[in-house]
Amino acid sequence: MTDATAHTMPGEAPAYPMLRSGISHAVLMAVSFVMLYPILWMLAGSLRPADDLFGGNTSLIPSQVTVEAYKDGWFGLQISFGKFFLNSLIIATLATIGNVLAASLAAFAFTRLQFRGKAVWFALMLGTLMLPYHVTLIPQYILFLELGWVNTWLPLILPKYFAVDAFFIFLMVQFFRGIPKELDEAAMMDGCSPWRIYTRIMLPLSLPVLATAAIFSFIWTWEDFFGPLIYISDTGLYTVQLALRSFIDSSGSTNWNALFAMSVLSLIPIFLIFLFFQRLLIEGIATTGMKR
Amino acid sequence: METASTEWEEGRRPASRFSEALRRNLPGYLFLSPWLIGFFCLTIGPALGSLYLSFTDYDLLSSPRFVGVANYVRMATADPNFGAAMKVTFLYVALSVPLKLAFALGVAMMLNRGLRGLPIYRAIFYLPSLLGASVAIAVLWRQLFAADGLVNDLLWTFGIEGPSWISNPNYSLYTLVILSVWQFGSPMIIFLAGLRQIPHDMYEAASMDGASKRRQFFRITLPLLTPVIFFNLVIQTIDAFKAFTPAFIVSGGTGGPVNSTLFYTLYLYQEAFGYFRMGYASALAWVLVAIIAAFTALSFLSTKYWVHYDD
Repeated sequence: MTDATAHTMPGEAPAYPMLRSGISHAVLMAVSFVMLYPILWMLAGSLRPADDLFGGNTSLIPSQVTVEAYKDGWFGLQISFGKFFLNSLIIATLATIGNVLAASLAAFAFTRLQFRGKAVWFALMLGTLMLPYHVTLIPQYILFLELGWVNTWLPLILPKYFAVDAFFIFLMVQFFRGIPKELDEAAMMDGCSPWRIYTRIMLPLSLPVLATAAIFSFIWTWEDFFGPLIYISDTGLYTVQLALRSFIDSSGSTNWNALFAMSVLSLIPIFLIFLFFQRLLIEGIATTGMKR
Repeated sequence: METASTEWEEGRRPASRFSEALRRNLPGYLFLSPWLIGFFCLTIGPALGSLYLSFTDYDLLSSPRFVGVANYVRMATADPNFGAAMKVTFLYVALSVPLKLAFALGVAMMLNRGLRGLPIYRAIFYLPSLLGASVAIAVLWRQLFAADGLVNDLLWTFGIEGPSWISNPNYSLYTLVILSVWQFGSPMIIFLAGLRQIPHDMYEAASMDGASKRRQFFRITLPLLTPVIFFNLVIQTIDAFKAFTPAFIVSGGTGGPVNSTLFYTLYLYQEAFGYFRMGYASALAWVLVAIIAAFTALSFLSTKYWVHYDD
């Protein structure tokens, strides 16, 4: 890409491409530093001794590195954080499988199968994209209460197997439309059933979008606070996010570096996903305009 | 022979039509069935249910008592907390969304100059968007802006004694606005994708004609980017109306101090799951829908005045 500054006209200030890009880099690095500073400060705080956290400690390098805060935090509630991590992992994994499965089935129906009323259903599906979940929240809660599912993980997992998050359907419809129809038409001619076309042709060809949906689904479930807050009350069933919240209440302002330590741990799975799947995440956002 | 055969065919036709229709439609409906069940049992059914509940008084213990529009009347006339929540939420939306988008656009334009290291910068700026919704970041924010937090420690090195930002009603909301702006990464990525679509020769032609950089920005970049700005504006505004976790964690679930962080969704949560006023909370939910729908409709109506489409 040629730099636009190379084409300056007479009368304008003389262009110094090196200087200009130097200034840009300086500004961008400054912004990067400000953006990352809080996160790094939290990381540094979690590695400091307890009596060293506050009181003028703005530096990012602890005077003394210790994992004491991690030990304190890990056993900071009656149940160890290992349990909460396991809980979150199970919920996020099962929810992710549900989202990908149910959304891909619906997207396959919308893009590849002919049936009466398809246009109406599709419009209704798009309509639910705009509907804030707050309007379904209370009756859903009452429904799950009647079923005896409050204070279990079912309300956090089961709805995903019914594709309630229409966003993932929309995402997959966009992708499926780009796969040439000749492939499955030929398979149909050869007598392939829709199920075989779905499992043998569509899914293998859609790995990028399935991965994108899985990654976002996992991150969103992992970070979800509202759902567990409403449905889970047993400490043994807590997710990491809920455990962090009750850790704030139990430790008050006394044990901040243990709280920081557990906060850092809770971000690690997302950070790892970010490291390994950054390209998928960024393409997912750029092409569909996902909110996060 | 002939008549017999047609009679026989006519007799068979309805059944065959039915099986034919079944054969044609069944696979589609089978594939769609998980979504259909979810749509009826978990989306549209509950949505209609909450619309009904919004006209009732319901505490989960006794059955819902129909009260007409009393919940809506109470909201409009007799609930100071509702007014506070509306004020806080609109202020939050009005401040955080434009600031976030301006920041996202500014940084995207800098990155779009063909600088080296674009992927690294983009990754760094995007990371907060990805982490920002988690409790950990809200915890961090609480500590950044506490009386003895990082911000005040930094100010102290300049000899300034800062207030306790999160426990001062004059400042607490602004700490949440900063948290939202900090997550400018995802609209930035969308802006970057939009900027890439603008043909480079437009700028070349413009500078040949002697248009200044400033003029090029206002006459080329901004108009051609309006569809992307519109998109980001709608998405980010809807999202800002629905913000919950940061306010909950920073205020310890109260929306305080003095209701200064009482986000609409936090108020709804308190009414529903703190006081078990399910009818009133349902009415709150439907008012939120109305607000979001009105905003979206107005945005779409406004597009003809400022959004530039190619065709």
